[in-house]
Amino acid sequence: MCLAVPGKIVSIIEDGNLGLRRGRVDFSGIRKDVCLDYTAEARVGDYVLVHVGFALTVVDEEEAYRVFEALRELDQLDELKVSAPQ
Amino acid sequence: MKFLDEYRDCEAVQKMAQTIRRSTTRPWTLMEVCGGQTHTIVKTGLQDLLPEAVTLVHGPGCPVCVTPIAMIDRAVAIAGRPAVIFCSFGDMLRVPGSSQSLFDAKALGADVRIVYSPLDALNLARANPDREVVFFAVGFETTAPANAMAVWEAKRQNVSNFSMLVSHVLVPPAMETILSSADCRVQAFLAAGHVCMVMGFEEYVPISRKYRVPVIVTGFEPLDLLEGIQMAIAQLESGRAEVENQYARAVRRPGNHAAQERISDVFEVTRRTWRGIGEIPASGLRLRETYYRFDAELRFPMEIRDAEESPECISGLVLQGIRKPYECPAFAARCTPDTPLGAPMVSSEGACAAYFHFGRRIQDGNPVVSIAAAGD
Amino acid sequence: MAILSCPLPLPATERIVLAHGGGGRLTNQLIEAVFLPAFRNAALESRHDGALLSAEGVRLAMTTDTYVVQPIVFPGGTIGDLAVNGTVNDLAMCGARPIALSAGFVLEEGLSFKTLHAIVASMRDAAHVANVRIVTGDTKVLDKGRGDGLFVNTSGIGLVVAPNRIGPESVRPGDTVIVSGDLGAHGIAVLSVREGLEFEGEVKSDTAPLWPAIEALFNGGIEVHCLRDLTRGGLSSALNEIASASGLNIEVEEKLIPVSDVVQGACELLGLDPFYVANEGRFVAFVPERQAARALDILRSCPVASGAVRAGTVHETPSAIVTMRTRVGGNRVLDMLSGEQLPRIC
Repeated sequence: MCLAVPGKIVSIIEDGNLGLRRGRVDFSGIRKDVCLDYTAEARVGDYVLVHVGFALTVVDEEEAYRVFEALRELDQLDELKVSAPQ
Repeated sequence: MKFLDEYRDCEAVQKMAQTIRRSTTRPWTLMEVCGGQTHTIVKTGLQDLLPEAVTLVHGPGCPVCVTPIAMIDRAVAIAGRPAVIFCSFGDMLRVPGSSQSLFDAKALGADVRIVYSPLDALNLARANPDREVVFFAVGFETTAPANAMAVWEAKRQNVSNFSMLVSHVLVPPAMETILSSADCRVQAFLAAGHVCMVMGFEEYVPISRKYRVPVIVTGFEPLDLLEGIQMAIAQLESGRAEVENQYARAVRRPGNHAAQERISDVFEVTRRTWRGIGEIPASGLRLRETYYRFDAELRFPMEIRDAEESPECISGLVLQGIRKPYECPAFAARCTPDTPLGAPMVSSEGACAAYFHFGRRIQDGNPVVSIAAAGD
Repeated sequence: MAILSCPLPLPATERIVLAHGGGGRLTNQLIEAVFLPAFRNAALESRHDGALLSAEGVRLAMTTDTYVVQPIVFPGGTIGDLAVNGTVNDLAMCGARPIALSAGFVLEEGLSFKTLHAIVASMRDAAHVANVRIVTGDTKVLDKGRGDGLFVNTSGIGLVVAPNRIGPESVRPGDTVIVSGDLGAHGIAVLSVREGLEFEGEVKSDTAPLWPAIEALFNGGIEVHCLRDLTRGGLSSALNEIASASGLNIEVEEKLIPVSDVVQGACELLGLDPFYVANEGRFVAFVPERQAARALDILRSCPVASGAVRAGTVHETPSAIVTMRTRVGGNRVLDMLSGEQLPRIC
């Protein structure tokens, strides 16, 4: 029960009337209104994970790329092994 | 899509698979809990990339699959009431109750509507003051913050024609049930990343210690799942049993505090019956007393009989990972997506339906184990 | 996601349900259980997009289609465009040059003349582009509340130009599967109006007449074995019908099949699978492997098939199913859509 889609916050509306902090979020060219009440720290330009119309977390971009760095290091290790004398 | 496509990159996935193959020296059995993870695994054919020594079994992470038939019957009965607009996520619509699904009820004239967010249902209630709007709140902890907000807002705005039929379930109690079963083969868990995004992962530490199983908080894309598997294998091979977080781009140890607060404002923990498993204490959520007037079970009281399951259906064994779907005699024969005997065949998150749709199905009247195997 | 192709339990279908019109498993069951047994004849039983007939030595194709889309106006077109292009394309899929269409209108009382004019104007324009005439028609009006504004049926006659028999029975192991362009634009364009999705750019329906691309293949000497336009049920349904009718295996490669970013994004958001989303201006073609490169060149020079790609290959086994090599290198079956594809949150 867990489809959460990442999108970029384009604008934020603090709607005093409804009491809900809303954001306009861009998903690959599609714009949707999302409730930001659970991500008070989210700012315009941040990526959030959205589930059934609610942002539940701000994506940690540094962490997001960690796995690719690790894979690159693996590649380098492999190359060392290949080029090392048998 | 950014933060999605990168985790579907073929080269990265192949490399991670290679890492797993290199580090696996013994057979291991892992369970992924969430239906969304099962779906990705079977849909992308991830099992084809794993060494034979690694067995993946699929847990009860499909809230649709574990919703008791009686609850569906209740939903159908409420939907059939003349003034009711019954709202639900699409996932629940096709699950058969003892005689009908919500989709059938819709075909027969009930006002059943698919919504994307519980707030849509609340808006419908505000827009239709002369109707009773009921929202079917089925899900794990991931969906609880949204459902909690809808009720909280309904109370704040004094919306009197809105109520929720709650069938929320919690993951950690289900994991304990599986681990404490005598037949348990699971040696490590891939925990549901989005559940942990909300709840954090503190509650898995005692489970990991008590049963000495690695628990890896894992995401949903192919690279996430493989990395989670790799982290689990690394622990298993070195005899460790800890909680680790693969999905760190989305999950922090304490989880989302604001969401947890709203959930506990609105809901309290209760016992729940998991279809195919039975009653698990403290494994579900129900509305607190202050919100009782938004509880559809109380607003529409009715006698619903406990329904009988098909004697052939082994969904309990499948949901606990004790049997694979194709090990069921009825699989792809008497039990198909068109004629499901139990819930894991109805919901596409369910293991049986996923196996049927994506590769483990009938060929010339005989169940085929896998397309990859068939071609070998 | 995957898609949510949730199946419907049989016992419940003592009545018609929406899924019977979905283009997938239930639609096929309906045809097999109700219509085929009643109207038995060879032309019908070939189960192709159109019927192939012969009169005094002249080979003709005939087809019919009814258009009930809601909303009747959407980005990139109207129900009128679909009504003309859809039928013209069914004829094209039989290897027939479209000659003439009929148009039957069922109008709901209260429909505005402005809307009717707009629909009819779009049909006039589409017919002009498709080089076909609308030569006869009918109009009925239903009481208010008994219709969705406007339904259109178009039937078409075409002259079969293809030198060989085109259909699943002509598909051979080793054939190359070609897809004429990116998937899902029509379905997402329509859904975007229904679901109130806003796009930064615009997602437009891909509705278009396909005959020029097909004609180019024949003129280029391509031995076309089978054609099918992608409509409801998307690429998966078209391929499954052909696999099922031919008894062969169609294997496609996910990474070769184009889906635009914005269609992909909409599908992720709605929990849909682009392989099952409707198209209105795309087709698949099965050609001998040795002619595949030339066929692609020919298609890519036609505006309506400029995005044509090789998508896969036909094999002998496993029989009658469509398999897919996934983007990450695994294998799966691309199953026939069973019910309506519903959005999922799981």
